[in-house]
Amino acid sequence: MGAVTLTNVTKTYDEGKVLAVDDVSLSVEPGELFGLIGPDGAGKSTLFRILTTVLLADNGTATVDGYDVVKDYRAIRKTVGYMPGRFSLYQDLTVEENLTFFATLFGTTIRENYDLIKDIYEQIEPFKTRRAGKLSGGMKQKLALCCALIHKPTVLFLDEPTTGVDVVSRREFWAMLKRLKQQGITILVSTPYMDEAVLCERIALIQTGQLLSVDTPQNIVNAYAGQLFAARADSIPHALTEIRQFDPVRSSYAFGDTIHVTFRDDNEQNQQQLTQYLQQKGHTNVAVTAITPTIEDRFIQLMTKDTSS
Amino acid sequence: MNQTQEKAISCRELTKQFGDFVAVNKITFDVEAGEIFGFLGANGAGKTTAMRMLCGLSYPTSGQASVASFDVYKQQESIKKTIGYMSQKFSLYENLTVLENIEFFGGIYGLSDKELKLKSDELVSTLGLGPEARKLVGSLPLGWKQKLAFSVAIIHEPRIVFLDEPTGGVDPVTRRQFWDLIYAAADRGITIFVTTHYMDEAEYCNRISIMVDGKVEALDSPGNLKRQFNTDSMDDVFYQLARGAKRSAD
Repeated sequence: MGAVTLTNVTKTYDEGKVLAVDDVSLSVEPGELFGLIGPDGAGKSTLFRILTTVLLADNGTATVDGYDVVKDYRAIRKTVGYMPGRFSLYQDLTVEENLTFFATLFGTTIRENYDLIKDIYEQIEPFKTRRAGKLSGGMKQKLALCCALIHKPTVLFLDEPTTGVDVVSRREFWAMLKRLKQQGITILVSTPYMDEAVLCERIALIQTGQLLSVDTPQNIVNAYAGQLFAARADSIPHALTEIRQFDPVRSSYAFGDTIHVTFRDDNEQNQQQLTQYLQQKGHTNVAVTAITPTIEDRFIQLMTKDTSS
Repeated sequence: MNQTQEKAISCRELTKQFGDFVAVNKITFDVEAGEIFGFLGANGAGKTTAMRMLCGLSYPTSGQASVASFDVYKQQESIKKTIGYMSQKFSLYENLTVLENIEFFGGIYGLSDKELKLKSDELVSTLGLGPEARKLVGSLPLGWKQKLAFSVAIIHEPRIVFLDEPTGGVDPVTRRQFWDLIYAAADRGITIFVTTHYMDEAEYCNRISIMVDGKVEALDSPGNLKRQFNTDSMDDVFYQLARGAKRSAD
């Protein structure tokens, strides 16, 4: 049995008017680093709240560590660690007091599980007498992670731990997760950043309450339909306007310093035809190359397919 | 009228101190009129503090800056009237309808009834909001809210619009639609000053600056910065600059 399972889970808000999670089924294996990837409003937090027993689903069943989220909620609360998206520690307690509080609540001590949090706690230890409310964003995040880990949970739920955090802190955070994974903890992490998806072993792409795809990052990329091309030119915005009017093109959108393009029919002339078309329109330094898609490309493909059907 | 020749923003050694803490440390740069300027930096680098000074919301400790030729010390009220502003957090009144929000903000910016009517129609049609125009903003999906918030922020055709992480948490398709709106505004001559944590969006800017510990450590086009740092990703440029940062406040 999976460390976390969801079977046909549905959740609505506002007396059924808002469908937050729509018939979601999913299984996360023990020890897995699993990512829920999707934008705000996709249903990520709702799923986390159902799994951590703070919210009841309308329909469906869910288990954590084999315990049912409704019947066995007490057992689940003892074994999971949960870091909500919003900072939810006690602002008026110091760093050390917060950690002691959570350790005591779970019937343990900081010393007992210190090895688990050592790497992270050492970074905030110089500020252990500072009130949590006075910490910087990055330090709050580290303290919250320590508090979620102090009772040595079997499953760790991290709801958007890197949102609004800069590139450097994000890389550090993912390095920490890798180390935690080696301790055998099952980790379920959500993020709106598509580039973080490749750091997970398996991911679920989620949008408006539905799972678009569940697989390894590699398989999700492999499932990309058709050949993807990257077009370059000196003026990307103007080139994009023109590519959109080029009939053989199925989809086109800006992607960093290039434009990603797919064609209605994959054939060998596409590349050359698009290059010539852009050159005829007066563009300079035009180059069109076949590329391997990213998770974000596949997400866009799945999203747009959904809206056109 | 020779406004196109003027700099949209001009800073010279602009500094803000809170007690002993130098939040913004002698930053110097110009933003050209009509430019899309990306204002990047690590958490706590001083972006928000700098932006507040440029929006006329906080007085600098020292240095000079002008926004649309208005002085940040003496002409704060003129700056506020001339710019547009939107952030990920404060957008629109959720308990007002789309049309009511447009009317409210248009009214604040002094649009006449006639202009308001014209703008409302135009906005509702470009955003494809027809049936939703009389719905409460709170009931719209996040992506639509952000596109609407941007359109409302430029309803008075400001010279410059400040966008503070406008696409945070927005899905990848809507994020790109949002940038289409930015490009359209820039084509009309509105200067765009934007912050983001998405490095691919940094590539959509004409030029970007990267702040580290209160200072502007790099400023150039994305292409030139990548060449300078000998990498093909903006992510790496940012990482190379910011990893030595001492500060990490928000």
